[in-house]
Amino acid sequence: MPELPFPLPTVQQVIFAMIALLTVFGALVVVLAPNLFHSALGLVAAFFGAAGVYIIAEAEFVGVSQVLIYVGAISTLITFAIMLTRGMMFGATSPRNRQWGTAAIITALTFIVLWAIVSSVPWPAVGEPIPEGHAIIAGLGRAFVNEYVIPFLLLAMLLLVALAGAIVLARDRK
Amino acid sequence: MNWSDALIQLQYDLGAPRELSWLVEGVTYFIGAFILANAALLLALLLIWITRKVISRIQDRIGPNRVGPYGLFQTVADALKLLSKEDITPASADKVSYLLAPVLSVVGVLMTLAVIPFGPGLIGADLNVAVLYLVALGSLGIMAALMAGWGSNNKYALLAGFRVVAQLLSYEIPMVLAMLAPVLLVGTMSMQGIAEAQSLYLGPINLGLGWFIFLLPGAFLIYLIAALAEAEQTPFDLLEAESELVAGFHIEYSGMKFAMFFLAQFLNSFFLGAIAVVLFLGGWQGPLAGQVPLLGPIYFLAKTFFVYVVIQWIKGTFPRVRIDQMMQFAWKVLVPLVLALITAQMIIMKLPLPMWINYLLLLAANIAVVVVVLNILGNYFQREQVRSKRAFEPRSLIGTMQPVQSSSGD
Repeated sequence: MPELPFPLPTVQQVIFAMIALLTVFGALVVVLAPNLFHSALGLVAAFFGAAGVYIIAEAEFVGVSQVLIYVGAISTLITFAIMLTRGMMFGATSPRNRQWGTAAIITALTFIVLWAIVSSVPWPAVGEPIPEGHAIIAGLGRAFVNEYVIPFLLLAMLLLVALAGAIVLARDRK
Repeated sequence: MNWSDALIQLQYDLGAPRELSWLVEGVTYFIGAFILANAALLLALLLIWITRKVISRIQDRIGPNRVGPYGLFQTVADALKLLSKEDITPASADKVSYLLAPVLSVVGVLMTLAVIPFGPGLIGADLNVAVLYLVALGSLGIMAALMAGWGSNNKYALLAGFRVVAQLLSYEIPMVLAMLAPVLLVGTMSMQGIAEAQSLYLGPINLGLGWFIFLLPGAFLIYLIAALAEAEQTPFDLLEAESELVAGFHIEYSGMKFAMFFLAQFLNSFFLGAIAVVLFLGGWQGPLAGQVPLLGPIYFLAKTFFVYVVIQWIKGTFPRVRIDQMMQFAWKVLVPLVLALITAQMIIMKLPLPMWINYLLLLAANIAVVVVVLNILGNYFQREQVRSKRAFEPRSLIGTMQPVQSSSGD
């Protein structure tokens, strides 16, 4: 077998590249599609890609939660909002407005800053792989009810307040 | 022994080089996925036949009996007919969503198979978060319905799509909370772990009868009702009410694309039954399942087909509900009920008592909570009904079964 000038990519790298392509493609559809519903579908694809990245990083729980919450709840909400605004549903709207130049510059600058940070920080090398059959969620659950119980309860309160507010806004007044 | 380990070992024995372990693993998982996916699609033929036969018997008919023995190949003929039909795409449909939706709905259902344990060691992927994964898959079906409804560019399809999403989202909540009950009891979300926990040892022999339905009948009932709604089965099949709504969100689909939605629906009701079997009916557990590994898949399939037949029995027996009744039932009956059940279960599991008293308490609490909550809600709904009737009914007639006299007279 002749020597290759570069090492062969591992299976993980190939899968990561495919997932990254899906995510980037979805994100591009979100901003470039002339139809808002297509943008929403692109957003779903991007969310799926992000979930894939989590699963490659062996954070199954975060990955599945990502699909459950972002694809299941938030995308559906966005789609409903789009569908209920008449006129945006069908037909093309321009994906650009007058500020697109400014937005492009800011995006480019943010990308440069992020790229500089990501490439200069000495990221810790991967530790040992998680032992077989070890459930991360158990530790996560314990952390929620011990160390982080107050932030956890505050978040729950926030959601409860949002829920109550939505019900108050939506009910018919008598 | 895991099936994938056995298959990998077989490939090495056949002379696969050790350096190519990633290829060997890839081939193994490809074989597993290939068998599961194709078996599921063939299974759908059988499921449709069972449905038609069961419903025919309930309605005092014979059902398909011309093609093949007992009419077994009727579905094959129907599938061939659908394949040869003209494939219409509406001119003003949105091509991407219109074409992607049928595929997505089948894929979302087929992915369920990955975490279903058919027997000891016979599971596609024993995920740590399998129960959550199953719930997340439901969102794929919702997206597919939305895409089909919107992509067809038909007002009726769009409205039906909205109704599907409302129904699926509403019934997902009681379903997830009911699935939480066995998860709490076992302390793991892995499907294999839940199935293994439902053993019952009598000395060294595994009777395999420690099913959670004996401890959590209330949770099982709620799961079954919510699963009926998730699978769009009677009494919650108002989305595709064939006689009134011309099939709801897939009204514009024809030929094989229509068949895809049909397939997804049948497989979904079967798989939701399979999940019920794993969570509440002991999965592959049964007498001597631990000693004779071959019995595991047989028990599992027998139970799943039994649940499927029960679902068809319900389908042949119950009338359809209205959409407002359906939504009220989800939010005002099932959600409070399942919340009360889960709370009671959590408190009982934390009591410092011997295990068997704990289990007895769980069973008692399950039954008690169901009875109490249904009583309270029943009283509430009766008052509601009386109050709403007062608006247009003479006071003296409330509570009697007499029809309202029209004021104009005859």
